Amino acid sequence: MAKVLLFGRLRDLAGWREREGVEAISISALKALLAREDARLGAALSGPGVQVALDQAIVRGDRAIGPKAEVAFLPPMSGG
Amino acid sequence: MITLSEAPFDPGALLSEFAKGRSEVGAIATFTGLARAEGGEAVTLELEAYPGFTEAEIGKIAEQARTRFALDDLMVRHRVGKIAPGEPIVFVATAARRRRAAFEACDFLMDYLKSRAPFWKKEHGPGGARWIEPRAEDHADVARWDKETTR
Repeated sequence: MAKVLLFGRLRDLAGWREREGVEAISISALKALLAREDARLGAALSGPGVQVALDQAIVRGDRAIGPKAEVAFLPPMSGG
Repeated sequence: MITLSEAPFDPGALLSEFAKGRSEVGAIATFTGLARAEGGEAVTLELEAYPGFTEAEIGKIAEQARTRFALDDLMVRHRVGKIAPGEPIVFVATAARRRRAAFEACDFLMDYLKSRAPFWKKEHGPGGARWIEPRAEDHADVARWDKETTR
């Protein structure tokens, strides 16, 4: 049961920012689940420059998701 | 000190606070970034952060800057939420024994904040809203420091 967070253009595209209690055992399974609900969001999550943070640390590649994990999808960053 | 704030801030007041009581430091450099009106194209900027994560990520680069430029101290203040043209978005101050280190550390921190710190920037203009992503030159700016690290 993960908490999923979307930022920037991903949040606008999906129409939501945060979702609790999402059932997925891994990041790839989570992406597949979200893509089944919303194909455009699914494509954007795997698009160029999108990073994934698991429990507030950037991860690359697939990872298992624990029961109280927080998964955030981060599009290209722009501050200042 | 790294702070995100929704409220506008006064860069002059931040500098006064940062400079107070520093008899051994010798040099303070600052940078203030303002929201640009873009000739009426941009009405409002909206800055989004990932609370907790954003401060922690900036903290990591601040630690690198402290070591790399032998800083005595630094300050980063960054706005989040809605920002009107002409208002400050970001303020960076660095304190070191020599001016070169203070200038370079300020430059380093700003290059990082532009394209690698967890912020997302949306421009609301007369023609609608759009998300702003880093330009090629922003990536090139921050890559300068990577090259120097591996030298």
